[in-house]
Amino acid sequence: MDRIAAPTQTDAPQTERADAAPAMRETLPFAKALTAGMRAALAADDHVLLMGEDIGRLGGVFRVTEGLQAEFGERRVLDTPLAESGILGTAIGLAMAGFRPVCEIQFDGFVFPAFDQITSQLAKLTNRHEGAMSFPVVIRIPYGGHIGAVEHHQESPEAYFTHTPGLRVVSPSTPNDAYWMIQDAIASNDPVVFLEPKAKYWLKGEVDTTARALPLHASRVVRRGTDVTLVGHGAMVTTLLQAAALAEGEGTSCEVIDLRSLSPVDYGPILDSVRRTGRMVYAQESPGFTSLGSEVAATVMEKAFFALEAPVLRVSGFDTPFPPAKLEGQYLPDADRILEAVDRALAY
Amino acid sequence: MTPSDDPALVRVLAADGTFAPTAEAERYLPLIEALSDAELETFYRDMVVVRAFDRQATNLQRQGQLALWPPSFGQEAAQVGSARAARPQDHLFPSYREHVVCTIRGVDPIDIIRVMRGLTHGGWDPTDPKNGNTHIYTLVLGSQTLHATGFGMGLAFDGRSGTGDPARDEAVIVYYGDGSSSQGDVHEAMVFAASYATPQVFFLQNNHWAISVPVTTQSRSPLFRRADGYGMPSVQVDGNDVLASYAVSRVALDEARAGDGPRAIEALTYRMGAHTTSDDPTKYRTSDEERAWAERDPIARMRAYLQARGAADTFFTEVDAEAAAYADDIRTRTNALGDIDREVMFAHVYSEPHPLIDEQRRWLSDYEASFEGGN
Repeated sequence: MDRIAAPTQTDAPQTERADAAPAMRETLPFAKALTAGMRAALAADDHVLLMGEDIGRLGGVFRVTEGLQAEFGERRVLDTPLAESGILGTAIGLAMAGFRPVCEIQFDGFVFPAFDQITSQLAKLTNRHEGAMSFPVVIRIPYGGHIGAVEHHQESPEAYFTHTPGLRVVSPSTPNDAYWMIQDAIASNDPVVFLEPKAKYWLKGEVDTTARALPLHASRVVRRGTDVTLVGHGAMVTTLLQAAALAEGEGTSCEVIDLRSLSPVDYGPILDSVRRTGRMVYAQESPGFTSLGSEVAATVMEKAFFALEAPVLRVSGFDTPFPPAKLEGQYLPDADRILEAVDRALAY
Repeated sequence: MTPSDDPALVRVLAADGTFAPTAEAERYLPLIEALSDAELETFYRDMVVVRAFDRQATNLQRQGQLALWPPSFGQEAAQVGSARAARPQDHLFPSYREHVVCTIRGVDPIDIIRVMRGLTHGGWDPTDPKNGNTHIYTLVLGSQTLHATGFGMGLAFDGRSGTGDPARDEAVIVYYGDGSSSQGDVHEAMVFAASYATPQVFFLQNNHWAISVPVTTQSRSPLFRRADGYGMPSVQVDGNDVLASYAVSRVALDEARAGDGPRAIEALTYRMGAHTTSDDPTKYRTSDEERAWAERDPIARMRAYLQARGAADTFFTEVDAEAAAYADDIRTRTNALGDIDREVMFAHVYSEPHPLIDEQRRWLSDYEASFEGGN
C-alpha cells in the first residue's frame, strides 16, 4: 500500500466570532460550540462558574471562553492565579460551598501540578463523605497533537484519569457533541474530566441546539460498515473516517465508532458492531502501553471472543515522550498506520 | 527546645498560670477580661475531657480496637481556644488531629473513632447541622487549606460574609501543622485567599515536629512571618495558653468575616505524644525536651489560673470524674461497634449510577453467595 500523506487537521484560527447565541441549527467551529454550551450553562444556573488562567479578559489562549467574562462578570468567569493545584483545590472548596465550578487547565501537559487534588481529593471525596456531599466539578483540558507545538502542549493524558475511580472522563469529537457534552458534564453531579481535542478547535460542524442527540456517556456509530470495526476518541475519529474512506476504495468496508465517553465506556454499540464484523482496531494518539485502547481491547476480547476472527489490534502513539514537533507526523497514528492494522486484522 | 519569646508573641497566661500578658497581648485583654467564669470553666473542662478521650483512644489502639490513633495530647489549648472562638455559622476544616475541635462543634467522638478503626474514611456529614459545619479529616497534608480557601471564595461570592453583621457573616478556619506548611498547596491556598480576600483564618499549630523532622527543617524563619509575603496580617500566639488562643482566633475570625480578608495565626505548642501510635519519638527526640514542654502544659497552667481565681476543689474533681466517665463511654461504645457492610465499597464512588460499579457490585455479591453459607 502506498503511503498517503495525512491531511493536516488544523485550520488557522477563525477571525470571525459567533456573537449571538446559535439558532436552531448553525454551523460553528468546535471552540465556539463549547463557548455556546458554556454560555447556556452559565445562564441557566447562577452557581455555575468558570475558572482558569487567562480565561476571563483574554477569553482563553484558544478563545474558547471569549466574551463570557464580559457577559457574565468577573465573579462568574474568574482569571485565577497561575497555580493548577490551587485552581482544582479551590474548585473543590467552591463545590463544597454550593457552586458548580468549571476549571480550565490551559494545556494537557500542565494538568500534573493538579494531579494530587484531582486523584487524592476530587475523585475520592464523594466516596470519603459516603455520599453526604457531591462534587460537581468539570475539568476542561485541551489535549492531543497535530498543532506543531513545543513540549508539554500535545499530550494525551486520558489514561491517568480513566484509571482513577470516582472520575468520569469524556471527549467530544464534533461541534455538536461539544455543545451538548459540556452542558451535560456541567449538569453532572460527579467530577468530569472533559478532554477537548485542540486540533479540532477550528473545524466547523453543524450544531443542533434544539435537542441533544445522545446522553453524555454514550458511544456512537459514525459510519456504517461490514468488515472491520474502527474505534477511537477525540481527534482520532476524523483520522478513522479518513482511513475508512481510503479502505472503501480498496474494497474494505469499515464501521467507525466514536467512543465519546472514556470512562465509563459504552460497550453496547462496539460489541454489536464486532459481532457483525468480527474484527476491530482501536486507534489513539496516546502511548499504547497501559492505555485506554488496551482496556477496551481486553474487554471486547472477553465479551465478544467467539465473534472475533482476529485479535483486537491497537494503533497508538509510541511509548516515548511526545517528540519535538517536527516528528509529530511520524509519531501520531495517521490513516496509513490505521490501514496497516486493518490489513493485519483482515489477514488473520 | 523553648527559645526565648519572639517580641510578636501573644500570651496572657505564663506557664505557671499567672496572668502575665506580653506586650502584643494588650489589645486582646478587654476580650479576655470579658470572659465569664462559666466560659473559663468550659475551656478547662474541654481540655481535660479531650485529654482523657485521647489517652483512652491510644489505649484502645494498643488493645487492637483501633488501627491507628493520632494523639492531640499537648495541643488542647490551641484547639479549644480556636474552636470556642468560632461562631455557630462558621466552617471548620481540620487536618486529622483536631479531635476536640470536632467534638466542640458537635461531632460525636465515636465518629472519629470509626475513622481510626477502619470502618469509614469520612466519619460524619459536614452538612448535618448537628456537626457544626465541621469538615471531615484530610490525610494528605495541607490539601484542606485549598478546600478551605475555595469555600471562603464561595462565601465571598455569595455575600455570606462581609455584610457587617457578625452574628450572620460566615468565616472559615482551616487547621494545619508546621510540617504541612512546607507543602505547595498551602502556599497556593494563601495566594488564592489573598487574591480573593476570603473570610478565612489559617490556623497553624506549630507542634514542633513533623513525625521525626523538627520545625527547624521546615523553616529558618518564624512561620507566622510567611503571611507577610501574601499581604496577610498574622499573629503568633502561645498555643498552650487557651485564653490567648481563644482571643487571637476570635479577633482574626471577626476581622475576616467583616470583609477585611484572610488572616494567619501561628500557635506555638508541642506534640507531647507520638505522631501516631505507629511512631516512636524516642528515636529522634530527647526526654529532656519533652520534660521542658511538660512544664508548659496547657491544662496545668489553666488549672493554676482558675485556682488563683478561687475555683473550688470540687470543680476540679467533678471535671476529672466527667472526663473519666467520657473515656469509659468511649471504650464501651468502641467495643460495641459492629462490622462493615461491603456495600460501603460501591455505594458512593459516584453520585449518579455507573455501569462498571453496578457490574462489579453484582459480581462480588454472586461470588460471595457461591461459597457455602456465604453472602
